[in-house]
Amino acid sequence: MLEVKGLSKSFGGLAAVSDVSLSVSQGKIVALIGPNGAGKTTTFAMVAGFIKPDAGSVTFEGKAITGMKPHKICDAGIVRTFQVTQPFASLTTLENIMVGAYHQTANRAEAEEIARAVAEQVGMTPMLEQAAEGLTVAGRKRLELARTLATGPRLLLLDEVMAGLNPTEIDDIVRVIKGIRDSGVTILLIEHVMKAVMNLSDYAYVLNDGILIAEGAPAEIATNANVIEAYLGHGAAERMSVEVAADA
Amino acid sequence: MSKFSTTSRATLAGTLFTASLPFLIADRFVIDVLTLILFSAFLGQSWNILGGYAGQFSFGGVVFFGTGAYVSAILLNTFGIDPWIGIFAAIAAGVVTAAFIGFVSFRYGLRGSYFALITLAFAEVFRVIANSVEFTGGGVGIFIAHEPSLARLQFDDPAGFYYIAFVMALISILIAMWLERSRFGARLIAIRENEDAAEALGVNAFKCKMYAIMITGGMGGAAGTFYVQKYLYLDPPIAYGVAFSVEMLLVTIVGGLGTVFGPLIGSFVLHGVNEVARHFISEPGLSMIVYGVILVAIIGFLPNGLIGLFKKRRKKQGGDGDA
Repeated sequence: MLEVKGLSKSFGGLAAVSDVSLSVSQGKIVALIGPNGAGKTTTFAMVAGFIKPDAGSVTFEGKAITGMKPHKICDAGIVRTFQVTQPFASLTTLENIMVGAYHQTANRAEAEEIARAVAEQVGMTPMLEQAAEGLTVAGRKRLELARTLATGPRLLLLDEVMAGLNPTEIDDIVRVIKGIRDSGVTILLIEHVMKAVMNLSDYAYVLNDGILIAEGAPAEIATNANVIEAYLGHGAAERMSVEVAADA
Repeated sequence: MSKFSTTSRATLAGTLFTASLPFLIADRFVIDVLTLILFSAFLGQSWNILGGYAGQFSFGGVVFFGTGAYVSAILLNTFGIDPWIGIFAAIAAGVVTAAFIGFVSFRYGLRGSYFALITLAFAEVFRVIANSVEFTGGGVGIFIAHEPSLARLQFDDPAGFYYIAFVMALISILIAMWLERSRFGARLIAIRENEDAAEALGVNAFKCKMYAIMITGGMGGAAGTFYVQKYLYLDPPIAYGVAFSVEMLLVTIVGGLGTVFGPLIGSFVLHGVNEVARHFISEPGLSMIVYGVILVAIIGFLPNGLIGLFKKRRKKQGGDGDA
């Protein structure tokens, strides 16, 4: 469904993302993980049209969408959320979601209907009339999700929708995301919460220093030596395998 | 739903009351001030669409007004074309000027203070041009002959201009009401609140901002025709000076940015205070000080404008907005 080939981006002399290729197939939840500064959000921004890549291509459902404007990419069926939530602060939750819903219809009543249905789906119905600026972190994350969902996307790019949430809230949102997948929307997500990645994703890519270092099913990734090194530092994989041997 | 109908009933009552004022008030001067209030509310609303709803603050809002004023004044003086046709030419000129300035500014992603400054710069450029070319009458300006008739859009009875200003203000309020209930309006507000997020949700921010500035420009052009027909004189400092630019943003900010009735309330209060202060204080300059103090108080204590007073109370009354 989504094919990313050889995507690269440098800021000044720093290569934020180099030669990243990944693919997402329909109906799956795919995770993009990696330590801070690995280039995950930059990759997302390039796919969603917020940053023009220096090299590489993005193809969605067979159409080249490389370097297109964000609203065009939304028209194509891909929508992103923001890691740092970007609510329309002075509007209510309902009005926020309606901005997304207006992508599907110009009719106010229909847009409201879509927005209410989406709010129900992500569990925001009680907050509909609340101003977005008054929402909690968990509420804002849900709002990001709801707004993007209301545009009627076929591929959702979720940038750390669980960061800053407590375990109960994470369980809630994991359920919501699975529900979205089951309703037929494909999902590519960036996540730091490993439990959620293990739980949710069908496939995972690991980025470190802008380079793809591993890919595979989440369970394979967790034992991959390169990945452990990237997260825990040089030599960590070796030490861990020694400890595992000692425990046994 | 019932709340909406009370609002519209109140609006209708207010409209009828405002329409009947010339029958209730005999004083020419009062009618003249009321005309100015409505005209200023119209100008404010034109600025409000781009500045208040779409969040693109321009400091050179006068540029559309000035261009419209020149176009219809020149059409009348040089070509003898009636202002009833002139006003449409003025609207077209405002829209074209707006499209040009909007394209140059928005294409290159100018936002916030940069947009404010470039609009100010455009107004200045237009002023210098109007001052130096011949067909605008240069620094001498343009005089319009006083020939009161409906065809000439000039009236001996001040009620004539009052009704023209009334209709214009009414149209501007209807445009704002439409914005608040339409997809286009929702998109402008989304752009004001967060342009990146709006883009991510499929909003073509460039296109929406272009439409917004063109509406603002068209309204500004219409205001230009009204001005020259009423005051019969136009020169570059009036057409492109900062006075009207400040006037339109001031009435809007004082009344309430991005609201349907903000410009009208702001215009009423500011002109009201100004006239009352002038009437009761004979000491020269002192009335301006009083005016200034009241202005500072409003801006200091009511960050959402005067309309914020009503909104706060309504929020306290019932939790669930427009249910």
